[in-house]
Order: sequence, then C-alpha cells, then structure tokens
Amino acid sequence: GCQHNTTNQKSELPSGIIIMALALHPMSSLPTIRLHFGKRLWRSSARSYDTELQRCRPEAALVEFGDYHPLKPIMVTDTKTRHGARKGSTSSSSSSSSSVAPDPLSSMLDGTDPLSMFAAASVIEAPAMSHSDLGRKRKEKEEEAVGPDFETWSSKRGEILARFTTTEKLSINLFMGSDRGKAPSPGSSAVSEKVRTRLEELDDLEEGSQKELLNLSQQEYANRIEELNQSLKEAWASDQKVKALKIVIQCSKLLSDTSVIQFYPSKFVLITDILDTFGRLVYDRIWTMCSDPRPLTDSFTVEDVNDTAKETCLNWFFKIASIRELLPRLYVEAAILKCNRFLNKCGIPETLPRLTAMIRGIGDPLVAAYARAYLCRVGMEVAPHLKDSLNRNFFDLLGTFRQVSSDSVQNQLVLQRVEVPEYLTLYSPAVNWILQCIAYRAPEPLLTEMTERCKKLGNNALLLNSVMRAFRPEFVAARATDFIGMIKDCDEAGFPKHLLFGALGRSLACADPPESERLTILNEAWKVITKVCSPQDYVICAEIWVEFTCRHFSKREVNTVLADVIKHMTPDRAFEDAYPQLQSVIRKILTYFHDFSLLFSMERFLPFLDMFQKDSVRVEVCRSIMDIFIRHQEEPSRDPVILNAMLHICKTMHDSVNALTLEDEKRSLALLIIGFIRMVSFGRDFEQQLSFCVEARATFCNLESVLVQLIHTVNQLAMETSRVMRGNHSRKTAAFVRACAAYSFITIPSLSSIFSRLSLYLLSGQVALANQCLSQADAFLKAAVSLLPEVPRSISVEGKLRSSESFLMDFINNFLATLLVVPDHPEHGVLYLVRGLLNMVQDYTWEDNSDAKVRVYISALPLLAAMSQETYLYSIPKVDSNETLYGGDPKFLSEINKLSETLIGQILDHLKALGRDEVRQQPLAFSLFGVLLAHGDLRNNKLSQLAVNLWNLSHKYGHCETRVSVRTLECMKHQAQQADMTHLSDTVQRLALQSRT
Amino acid sequence: MSVTLDIRLKRANKVYHEGESVAGVVLLVCKEALQHHGVALTMEGLVNLQLSSKSVGVFEAFYNSVKPIQLISSNVEVAKAGKIPAGKTEIPFEFPLSTKGNKVLYETYHGVFVNIQYTLRCDMKRPLLAKDLSRNCEFIVHCQPQKAKVVPTPVHFTITPATLQNARERSLLPKFLVKGHLDATSCVISQPLTGELVVESSEVPVKSIELQLVRVETCGCAEGYARDATEIQNIQIAEGDVCHGLPIPIYMVFPRLFTSPTLETTNFKVEFEVNVVIVLHDDHLITENFPLKLSRV
Repeated sequence: GCQHNTTNQKSELPSGIIIMALALHPMSSLPTIRLHFGKRLWRSSARSYDTELQRCRPEAALVEFGDYHPLKPIMVTDTKTRHGARKGSTSSSSSSSSSVAPDPLSSMLDGTDPLSMFAAASVIEAPAMSHSDLGRKRKEKEEEAVGPDFETWSSKRGEILARFTTTEKLSINLFMGSDRGKAPSPGSSAVSEKVRTRLEELDDLEEGSQKELLNLSQQEYANRIEELNQSLKEAWASDQKVKALKIVIQCSKLLSDTSVIQFYPSKFVLITDILDTFGRLVYDRIWTMCSDPRPLTDSFTVEDVNDTAKETCLNWFFKIASIRELLPRLYVEAAILKCNRFLNKCGIPETLPRLTAMIRGIGDPLVAAYARAYLCRVGMEVAPHLKDSLNRNFFDLLGTFRQVSSDSVQNQLVLQRVEVPEYLTLYSPAVNWILQCIAYRAPEPLLTEMTERCKKLGNNALLLNSVMRAFRPEFVAARATDFIGMIKDCDEAGFPKHLLFGALGRSLACADPPESERLTILNEAWKVITKVCSPQDYVICAEIWVEFTCRHFSKREVNTVLADVIKHMTPDRAFEDAYPQLQSVIRKILTYFHDFSLLFSMERFLPFLDMFQKDSVRVEVCRSIMDIFIRHQEEPSRDPVILNAMLHICKTMHDSVNALTLEDEKRSLALLIIGFIRMVSFGRDFEQQLSFCVEARATFCNLESVLVQLIHTVNQLAMETSRVMRGNHSRKTAAFVRACAAYSFITIPSLSSIFSRLSLYLLSGQVALANQCLSQADAFLKAAVSLLPEVPRSISVEGKLRSSESFLMDFINNFLATLLVVPDHPEHGVLYLVRGLLNMVQDYTWEDNSDAKVRVYISALPLLAAMSQETYLYSIPKVDSNETLYGGDPKFLSEINKLSETLIGQILDHLKALGRDEVRQQPLAFSLFGVLLAHGDLRNNKLSQLAVNLWNLSHKYGHCETRVSVRTLECMKHQAQQADMTHLSDTVQRLALQSRT
Repeated sequence: MSVTLDIRLKRANKVYHEGESVAGVVLLVCKEALQHHGVALTMEGLVNLQLSSKSVGVFEAFYNSVKPIQLISSNVEVAKAGKIPAGKTEIPFEFPLSTKGNKVLYETYHGVFVNIQYTLRCDMKRPLLAKDLSRNCEFIVHCQPQKAKVVPTPVHFTITPATLQNARERSLLPKFLVKGHLDATSCVISQPLTGELVVESSEVPVKSIELQLVRVETCGCAEGYARDATEIQNIQIAEGDVCHGLPIPIYMVFPRLFTSPTLETTNFKVEFEVNVVIVLHDDHLITENFPLKLSRV
C-alpha cells in the first residue's frame, strides 16, 4: 500500500480546512468551522458487518405438526364421503384434522362447493335444452339477423364517398310542396277543420321554400345534405311530421338527377343516410306508441300492436302511396319497410317483390341500379332471409343491363364528357352491394348460377368485377383459372381490366387457389398487369398481387415482382404519386418475410426502398421495417447483409431528425434504432462489436438516447469481457476494456442531458473499477464531480420544469456509496474525491431555503464512518480499496474524523441558523441524531451528549412523529442488550419521550 | 277560465258501418269547477252538392246551390245544466248508426262537387258572459259490403298511333307500341289497382308514364245536371327511357276518403276512371282511359 502524507495539510490548516485541487475544476475551500462542543469529538463506532448480518437474519422456528400456521397446508386426512351434504339437509361432521376447526376453504373441498354443484347440474340439463328450445331459437336467430361476417353498409360508405368525387359544380333543387299530386286536395267547402289546418300548414311551408341551390362544390353539397338531415330531425322533434316527409321526398327526388354523373354514388350515400334517419324515426315513433302497458319486445307480433299505432302506421303507408313521383315513392316506402311489422305478418314479404318490380319503371340504368342496391340494403336489414327478392333484383339488373349502351345513356355521357370505362365503374358499389347480399351465406350452386348468367351477357366485365368482389374469396379462388379466362374474353373498351385483376387478386390474397394452378395464375395475371400503361392503375393492381406472390412463392418471384414495379414506377418519377401503394407493398412483404437475411438478399429490395424519396414517407417505411425487425428477429445477428441494410435504414431514420423534429418523434425513432443496436452481436468477437459501436456512434450522433444505449452496450461489453476472463484480464483484454472506457469517456461529453452524463460517468467509473482500470475510473468520477456545478437548478421533465434537487441528491448519494471502494489516487491527497465532492456541494448554488446541502453532509457521515472500518462493507474483486491501502493507519482515521467533525460543525451551524424555523430544523436534527446513533461511537460522552441534545431539539416542539420516536427508543434498547453496546442504555435513559399531551 | 272540450271515438280509425253504434266519450278538461247550462251531442250525416261554375255560370252557382241531403240526424243531451268538477271529466256516449225509412247511409266521400260527410258535434251552453263551446268530430262510414261477388276480369290494351282517337296529324306522330293490361276494372276499393305495361317500342324515348285517377261527379237538379271530371291523384309508374320489352307494374292504392264505391242515386252520381298517361320526350301526351267500378267487399 502507499502511504499518504497528510501532515502538510494539517499544519497549514489546523482547524480542518482542506484544500484540494481537481484537475478539471478551480479550487475551493470549506470555511472555518467553530466547533462549539469541542474538538476530537467524532469517533466512528466500530462495526462488525458479519455479526450484524447474522443478527439480522430471522430465527428459524419449527412449526409443530399440530400447530396452527397460516401457511401450513390444510391436509384432509379423513376422507369420509358425504353425499348427504350435497342435498344440504344432513349435518356435516368436520373431517379436517387441522387444528383450526372451522376452515372455510377446507369445507369447500369435499363436494359441497356451490359452483361445482351448479356445473354438475348444467351438464345434465344442457343437452336437453339444445335439442328442443335452444336449437329452434338459434335457427330463428339465424333467419332474423345478419351475422358479423356480413360487411355492413356503414363500412362501405366512407370508401364510396372518398372514391367518387368531382370538381364539377353541383346543384340541389328543392320544391317544397310544389308536388301537385302529393296530397289530394279536395278543394271542397266541407273539409273538416283538422284537414284544413293541416293544409294551411302545408301552404305556409310552400311559400318561399322552393329553392334551387346552384354552383355548389362537392363539400358544400354534402353540407347542404347534412343540413337537410338536421332539419329533418328538427322537424320531427317539433312534431312537424308533414314537413319531415316533404324533406325526405325532396331528397330522394335528387336521386333522379344524374347530372355530374361521376358524383352519383356519393350522392346516393349522402341521401340514403337521410332516408335511413327517416325510417328509423318513423319506426321508433310507432314503437313508442305501443309502449303502453309495457314496451314491445324485439320479437313482437301484430297482435301486440294497439289500434292507434296501427292506424298511424297505415296513415304513413297511404300517404306514401300517394306520392306522385316514382323515385321518391319507391325510396320512402323502402325506408319505412320495417314498419310493415306493425301491420301484418306478410307485409314485408309482399312489399319487397312489389318494390323490386317497381324499379323496372326507372329508365336510367344507373339510377335503377342504385335503387336496387338500396332495396337490397333495407331488405338485408329487415328481412335477410328473403333471398328471393335479392335474386330477383339481380336478375332484373341483368335483364336491363343492355340499357347501359342505350342511346339516352350514350348521349348523356357525351354531354358530360365521361368515358365509358369510367361510367361503368360508377356501377361497382351498387352491383357489388347487391351481389354481396346475394352471396351472403348462399349455397355454392347459386353462386355458380350467378356466375354463369354474367358470363352469358355481353360487356360483362362490370358484373364479373362485382362477382369477384362480392362472392366468397374461397369460391373465387377455387375458380381462379376460369375467372382469368373470363377476364381475358372481356371487351377491351369496356370496364378497365386492371380493376378486374385487382378484384381477382383481392380474393386470392385471402383464399388459396389449387396449388397446381398457382404459378400459372401468377404468370397470367402478371402478363396483363405488366401491360397496364398508367403507372397509377398499374401500381394499384400490382400492390394487390404482391400479397398473392408473397403468400405462395419464394423470394425469387417476389424479387421479380419488385423489379417489375421498379421498372414501371421509375420513369417520370411516377412513384411520387404512388407512395401509399408502394408502402403497402413493403408492408405485405414484411408480413410474409420475417427472415431478414432472406429479405435483404432480395436484390431489388433495397432499390425498391430507394423509390421512397419523400422524406416523411421514407422514414415511415424504415420505421415499419424496423418495427418488424425488432418484433421478429429472435436472435442477435452478425450477418453483414442484415447489418449493412439495417444500418442504412436506421441511418435514414436518424438523418430525418432535424431541429424541427418533435420530441416524441425523436424518442420513437431512437427506440427503433436502440432496438436494432441491441440485436447486433458479434458473439465473442468483442473488438468487432466495439468497432460497430464506434461506427454507430458516428452514424447516430443526433439521437442522444441512442448514444446512451451505445455507452451501455460498451460498458456491458467490458463486463462481458471480464466475465469471460473470469476477472483476470490478460494484457490484450486489459487493453480492450481500457478502450471501452475510452469510448465511454469521449462519448459522454457529447450528451446534452446533464443527468445522463452524470449517471453514465458514475456507471462507467464503476465498470472501469470493476475492470481494474483505476486511472480511468478516477477520471470518470473526477469528471462527474467537476460536472456537478453545471447542474441547473431546474430541469425539464416530460415538458414540465421541475426542481433538479431531488435528482441531484439521488445522484450524490449513489456517488457517495461508490466512493467507499474507490482507492485514493497516489498523487492526490487523502480522500481526494470525497473532499472534491463535498467542495462542489459546498459551492453549489442550492435553492434558497433549501436544506439540501446539509442533507448531503448528513449522508456523507455514514460514508466516512464506513471508511474508517477495519473491513469494508463491500469491495471490488482485485481492487484494493483504502482499507488495504492505509491498513487502518491512525493518520488516515484522524483525517476522516476531522472531516466528519467539520461536517458536523457545518450541520450544527445550519441548525442554529435555522433558529426558530422548527419545521425545517427538527427533521434535520433528527436525521443527524439517527446518523450519530448508527455510526457514531456513543461511548464518547461528548458525542453522546450531542445526540441527546439533538434528540431534545427535534422533540422540542412536538413536530416529530411519536411513532418513529418510540420505535427508535425500542431499537436502541434492543441494541443495548448486545454485549458491546451496553453504553447505549445510559443514553436511552437520557432521551425523554415527549408525551402527547 | 280555461276549458277544453273534445270528442274521443272508441275506434282509432273512426270507421263505422250501418247498424253499428258510434261510441266514445265527451272529454272535458277544466282547471276549476265549471257552471254550464247543458251539454248536447248531435250526430249528422249530410250530402253536400255543389254545381260547378262551368255548368251554370258564376253567379247562379250561389243561388242554385243544391240543398244538402240529410242522411241521418240525432240529438242527445249528455249532461243536464249543472256543474262540472275541476279536472278531467269523461262522459261516455253511444249513437246507434241506423236510418229511418228507406234512406241509405252512403259511404263517406270527400270530393269536389259531392261531399258525403258524417259528423258528431258537441255543444256546451254556458251562462251569461261565457261563450258557448262547440266541438266537431268527423267519423267515417263505410257502406255495407256488396253482396255480389266481384270476379276480376283482366282488361288488355294496346296503344299505338293508330289506336289514338284525338290525334291531329296522325302521320307526324312518332311510332310507338305499348301493350299492357289491368287485372280488373271492377275494383275492390281496399285493394290496389294492378296490372302491367310493356313499352314494346318507341321511336322517341319515353319521358314518363303515369296513372291518373279521376273522379266523375254528376249533380242533378231541376234545371238539369252537371257532370265534371277532376283529378284525384297522379301516380308516376315509369320515369325516363324505360327498358323496352320489360313489363312495368301498374300499381295504385285508392286513397281513403277521396274515393268511395261507385255511387249512383237519383240526385247525384260519383264515378271513377283511370287514365294511363304516356309522356314522350318530345312532350307528346298519350292517354288511355279506363272507367272503373269501385266496390267494397
């Protein structure tokens, strides 16, 4: 061990003022301290940690077999069967041998458990139920309701609204009440009063309510329709039923207007919303009329409906039957179709076919198709079991399909400058919907028949498209080759073929065609897809087929597909308009390929990524790749292909960070990159791992948390090396761990978060110490100490400014604990680092009115006490701490004692300065008392007197928690029983406990 | 002092037949006890006839309006003069719906020149300074089902330029062929008029096809009779250039009150007709008329 000469300092500064120099920090000194209770006061109590530990261990007490213990298992030794208990009539005799007689749990174990009884009973009853009632009920239920596997209209709504848009100007034409035939006006003198007032009411509405809104943008149009929806609800709420009906009639009339035809599907969506509202209002109104004497059940019959409700309902139907125009009459009656339930049982089955036939009167094929879609929609909702009407609608649609090429339609298209293919796509939502309703739980032969019927019609691409979209994917997949044939036969000028392949691809994405046909299907499909000229159309279609390719084929085929996409999308930077689809391609590939070495060995994968040139999109793509990587890469990798590609991807993410990037964004990017770093492992090749970290540090310098992770990784690496070497470093590994320390040492200063720096210095210092790099450890700890003055008084925590004091205190305490094992530097004085730390604490600008500094002093006392022990509480293998260096040298001990005395002096001064501020004073005094008790040698009278004084001070005003005081006293008494602690009993005698009164 | 007087019929649809009783309650709601000089209830059935100005000239119409024909009339005192307690008071009543002699209760009908209406009127006489109160309530009479069975006989029709009667310059008309049938022209009033119609061909696209329900009312009096046809309602069954060769349903519900079984009496007649109206895109209007016989079974 080396000897430190401390006499110099002592002679220069006899009152215990210590000057020490830190390389990185200007010198500072503690002020003169007057010790009011005399010098040579402090003496640490000598500790024997081993015996203390022994004493702390709980005594093992054996539990006798018959004794009660809560954790003792309950053992049933007497297994008398007690079937009588099940019936609950015979008395049960206790059979447990456990000493606790009425154990509530054990009594449950012998078959009287109410739950098991119930379960046993239901086992017997269940089959009986399912045979009779249950079966029938289920069957009825199936007829009534549509299952969750039916894709509802509401899910289609948004899609249609988003797809069918226009920039043309729209108009709404509302003739409120100008409908000449709607209310047969008798015009007689003898009209009843009620009729007359109602007619007057109508007249009022008519005045000025005839309005035409021109030049509306699409959004304005939608807003207007929503306004109408609102005024419908208002009218209804204010009991203006006639006005409500008029609004609905006028709205449904708008559906006969096919100007701006490309907007028609969206218009249909908007207006049928209103119709749905109306249907619901009427139904609910009549429903509530029947609530007396009790509300109707869901399965009510006509007999449950009272006459008034029936009459009201009948009135609605008569009123609607007299609506002059075909389309409103049709739509409004369809809207309240459900109300037929109030009138008679056969109302719905009779009305549906009638309305279906009525649609034949609609000349415009598009208007008719949508009317059919609405009828099917209402039909599915109200009576899904009435399949015939659905089929009838489809057959009528096929029957009138030739109308699509009629003169009136063609003229209209010319007038509106709409191409036939575009026009045909307008039908898709309606036809899709009808076919979806038909196909729902339909038997296979029906679907085959429908397909055959479509095949027979000319220009059937539109229908084919809908068949593929609406029928079960399994059905389509099984006949995929047939469908490809049919698509090939379709007229080139009609419905766009890429849409057909798109529809087919969508089915094949979720259902598998026969294995033998798969490659042919892919080839045939891709042959057509690759010929699609418009990059937009191409990419939509290709994106769908990527899924099929990934599902069934290897990386070779996927690579080919990627190459084709790149070829199509690169000219004229077409990819710029196709990011969503291209992103989806990546997503799909990632769904199927989790093996990243395979993925990155795909030649075209990285070039494909290069197409994402818009920063935000590129980052998003990288993110999704990283996300999958982190989730699915199970083992750390050293594969250079993966590492290079991932490093590239992570770099892309990292490089997107700039001054404007949000904190959250940074955090999530950093998390992904950290995830990658953690997955990199070169196994035993530690040097390569370190050089990876060096590279990563250069690459990810802008993301602080990544740097933090890198430091952790390197520290871990050092520890791993030590583990491998079983703590005995060779020359080579010693150099390596020093390199690791150097890495950390130069990386830490680049972090901006001061607490990250502090804790990493400490941690790296500990790691260096553990690896016997003493000078490195010293440098880390010195750096930490010299950083302390820079800690700001408040820091931002999750966006809020908070005082840094508690963080700083935590750090310092942690730091102090480490200092116990750090050996003194041979060139610096005794307790060089401890003094340095305390000097910093002394000079630090603490918050006003804060006791933090004194608290640090108080917590430094236990450290000093621990340092003066013969054997330290803990040590680091292969590192000699001060205990060995000084070997209990009295000079060293007296140095420690002097320092302790200085600290105590400071603390006492502070206590005095606090004066009457007992709220702050007392806890501090009590803390110091605690420290004296635990670590000071109270055999020393002065010290013992000080302790008593502190106790009295802290109890002077009764702010102390009595409970704590009582327990402290108890603890002291307990300790006093130890052989070498008898002196404590004297002290205890002198500690008065303040009574509560 | 607020008081409301109302008549509530037992039947929600207010429909009664001859021989039945019209039953209900007179409902009085007042906040305080109410002094009155008697509450009376009157039932009356009237046929009001009116001559159209077209038939007799504007001024004569006033003088020559025909006296209403009374079908039924009765009167009953519901409450003798006295006091009605505060709150809700219901006084039940019942009128037998039967005629004296050989008078017939025609079915309720709201027309233009002929109106057949049945009302209940409740009058409350009140002491000085308070207005008498009165309340009317119409109820509906359906005539007895007719004995003879209605056998529906379909009526087929074909409309071409050649079948038109009123056409000028027949040669200028566009060519068209519309075929169809009505399931019956003797209709049961409670059931819809049904049939089918097929546009087989049409040179000019169809704009609209409508069913026009028409009432033909005849009023007779000493000076002669007036016969007027007016529209009751117009129901569109086809809109736009409908698919050729595809049957389009004809379907019309007879509106309540505004139609009644076809009626022929010594003083007046009420008859109905339906016109199938085809409007072409060049606004040619083609009408085919079918007289109907409505009855109640």
